[in-house]
Amino acid sequence: MIRVDGRGDSKSLIQVRGLTKTYRRGGEEIHVLQRLNLDVDKGDFVAFMGPSGSGKTTLLNLLGGLDVPSAGGITVDGDEITHMSGSKLTHWRARHVGFIFQMYNLIPVLTAFQNVELPLLLTKLSSSERRHHVETALSVVGLRERMNHYPRQLSGGQEQRVTIARAIVSDPTFLLCDEPTGDLDRKSADEIMALIEELVGKHGKTVLMVTHDPMVAARAHTTLHLDKGVLVEASQLEQGVVAGGVA
Amino acid sequence: MKFWRLIVANLFRKKVRLILTIGSFAIALLLFTFLAVVQSAFNRGIDIAGADRLVIINRIGLIQTMPISYGDRVRAIPGVKYVTQDHWFGGVYQDEKNFFPQFAIDVDNHRQVYPEFKVPDDQWKTFVKDQQGAIAGARTARRFGWKIGDRIPIKNSLYGAAKTWEFNLDGIYSTEKADGDESQFWFHWKNFDENVPAAVKSTAGWYILKLDSPDDAVRVAKTIDAQFANSSYETKTETESAFAASFAKQFGNIQFLIVSIGSVVFFTLLLVTGNTMAISVRERTGELAVLKAIGVTDRSVLFLVLGEAMMIALFGGFLGLLLAWAAIPVLSVALNGLLPPLLLSKAMLSLGLVFAVFVGMVSGLIPGIGAMRMRVVNALRRV
Ligand SMILES: Nc1ncnc2c1ncn2[C@@H]1O[C@H](COP(=O)(O)OP(=O)(O)OP(=O)(O)O)[C@@H](O)[C@H]1O
Ligand SMILES: [Mg+2]
Repeated sequence: MIRVDGRGDSKSLIQVRGLTKTYRRGGEEIHVLQRLNLDVDKGDFVAFMGPSGSGKTTLLNLLGGLDVPSAGGITVDGDEITHMSGSKLTHWRARHVGFIFQMYNLIPVLTAFQNVELPLLLTKLSSSERRHHVETALSVVGLRERMNHYPRQLSGGQEQRVTIARAIVSDPTFLLCDEPTGDLDRKSADEIMALIEELVGKHGKTVLMVTHDPMVAARAHTTLHLDKGVLVEASQLEQGVVAGGVA
Repeated sequence: MKFWRLIVANLFRKKVRLILTIGSFAIALLLFTFLAVVQSAFNRGIDIAGADRLVIINRIGLIQTMPISYGDRVRAIPGVKYVTQDHWFGGVYQDEKNFFPQFAIDVDNHRQVYPEFKVPDDQWKTFVKDQQGAIAGARTARRFGWKIGDRIPIKNSLYGAAKTWEFNLDGIYSTEKADGDESQFWFHWKNFDENVPAAVKSTAGWYILKLDSPDDAVRVAKTIDAQFANSSYETKTETESAFAASFAKQFGNIQFLIVSIGSVVFFTLLLVTGNTMAISVRERTGELAVLKAIGVTDRSVLFLVLGEAMMIALFGGFLGLLLAWAAIPVLSVALNGLLPPLLLSKAMLSLGLVFAVFVGMVSGLIPGIGAMRMRVVNALRRV
């Protein structure tokens, strides 16, 4: 169950309470997130939408432990991450989060195999165990036979699939995708989305995704809109718009 | 370090840049090693044992003279075969930049001590009889187009009021070795002695002695210095190469020169390598951010950058030392006479390697710390 009212029970995989992020630019304060609440269960697939600058990336970065909030808390699988020290947070990320960004994802001088192997280099796995995991992850994304290719030898969609393989190779608690299809054409975007759906449906992954594309968002179980610093469910947003239009 | 593959891959990203950086590193290290070798040549322990010629100078320094009477006293010491003395003249032929060394020599003993300087007998005989006579090295004679019989005017202001001394070129000496010193200019010590102020009269700049046997070198040197200890002109007896070194030091503060050039080389190299690393890091900001996002620690990111800088340093360092190893023997021969022999010792090679590693470390440190401190969110935002 996905909730945005802050009333989810403590069994939720991800619990966000009163999350606030304020940036200061010049003398001006930008209140990006204002006491935002969110509950996500294991196996959920959420899409975040909202106009540019509404704070989607900010929210994802906070959830992924890449940034620290101005106030509020985030608990993932029982771990309160907002008070973790820098290096503890880094280890937490390695263990629990799979990131898929819009770009910069792959190291151009490493092959697909070596790119996917990167997160495993942070573990104690032996090289044959690593090889096994990498090959499995690349099979899931359908690129096993391309594992010795370099990123420049792959299409944009294939690169994103390699990124997905890297995100899932260490079996993280959840995946964070910031516009994973933002750079792709429709066909490649569909393939990527089919893959992410499969990860959720078949492999039980939990996915939180930011997108601008309603067709991409439609694949998620729930679409949440960022509006004035809080999350709103799509249905309520429409009502609000209608109500606003009438008033 | 499991990331070695990434370090190597990063290293070869921009091949031209890598070659240029490694090239600068190698050249700088060659220069550094050369300086270190020269420096050590000047400071080399004065190993008297085995020398068959020794030089006596005033203990205070090379510019100080000694009484001419020392010659006979040294000659009396057992084991000493011949003694001769020189005096530095320091004149100018036409122009300051026409430098060549001029010595007032002891005509009676010079040839016995320096058999390697060949003067045809008839020329030598003319010279001995002619108190205004002079002998020039073949190289210097060629350089100024001098012929036997020419009158050579040399200005001098070291001894009393400035005046021009005129010499008759009676002979030209040469050496058998292709790299021998054929630049000197000799004239009679008697001529010198008669024309200098009273304070300079009856002095020798330094004595050169030839021994009966090299086995006596240590003993003879000790005997001489002991004999003149506690006199107003104490002596220091040393080998010719040590003498050459202190001689070269007269022309300037070599130590200071070497240290300043060395520092310039060091800082230039630091900037070149540091700049390369800074550019590499800046180009890879996004990738480094992704690495950090997936859980690579800040410290590992620092090591990635340092590791790359160290690889450049080690490659460049080895190449530079290899060049030095090939070039220094050649340079040593080419500079013969001007400098003491240059030796590239194992210690020097290790010093070069330590230097390379140090430069690698320092140049990687600033960009590395920058990469370490970089925040993922900011890096990903900067498109
Ligand atoms: N480091 C920062 N300093 C100041 N302001 C910032 C900083 N990071 C983000 N902001 C501001 O916070 C707001 C939210 O940014 P964010 O990137 O989260 O938006 P977004 O919803 O992801 O937008 P987009 O759809 O364009 O990616 C923007 O107004 C942005 O300018
Ligand atoms: Mg964004």
